[in-house]
Amino acid sequence: MVTLLYFASLRERVDCAREQVALPPGTPTVATIVDTLRARDGRWSAAFAPGLAWRVAVNQSMADLATPLKPGDEVAFFPPVTGG
Amino acid sequence: MAHVRVQEAPFDAGREIAALTEGRRDVGAVATFVGLVRDLNDGAAVSRMTLEHYPGMTERALEDICAQAAARWDLLDLRVVHRVGPLVPGDAIVLVAVSSAHRGEAFAACEFVMDFLKTRAPFWKKEETPGGERWVEARASDDEAAGRWVEGGEGRG
Repeated sequence: MVTLLYFASLRERVDCAREQVALPPGTPTVATIVDTLRARDGRWSAAFAPGLAWRVAVNQSMADLATPLKPGDEVAFFPPVTGG
Repeated sequence: MAHVRVQEAPFDAGREIAALTEGRRDVGAVATFVGLVRDLNDGAAVSRMTLEHYPGMTERALEDICAQAAARWDLLDLRVVHRVGPLVPGDAIVLVAVSSAHRGEAFAACEFVMDFLKTRAPFWKKEETPGGERWVEARASDDEAAGRWVEGGEGRG
């Protein structure tokens, strides 16, 4: 299992702040999870549509689609940041 | 070395600056930046703002940015305080304070920390305007401001 977190406008779009999902066998990456999310209903496929600006962090460090995942990882999805 | 804090409560800029200089005689310069909530953004009146963040990663990201600044310039100390939660126009959002022996390092590092914070620290602003609530969009100019430190250029644009 991995924990998925969603923040800000992305969280509102998918109406979910936190969930746990099973890791598929093989060598899963962030891309594997994103494919799973896109295969859900229209709300999810729209939120993760190609070309839309979102960021991902794995275990609280910035990551990308190729970042490998292992059981217990914390994967966070969020829009580009706007602090300061 | 760096002191990083994320909090809902207001901060006292004077107290933060004092903490950089208390008990030491090697500080020749302190550069500070304070960011505030404005009552106008992207053509709309802003009555309220809520700042969301990613607890845990936020602190790590800020500490990493401070470590990068400390590796790049000869600094004595750094402090970053960032507020989260509900804010209104006029409220201070963020403080960056940097101490060094000479002003050049302090000025440069202070700007570097702010430029990186704006593009790498996981904070998100939601504004309340007459047209309703809206998430603030990231600005390309912020990416450019951060990018110039990476490319090694010193001037803007």
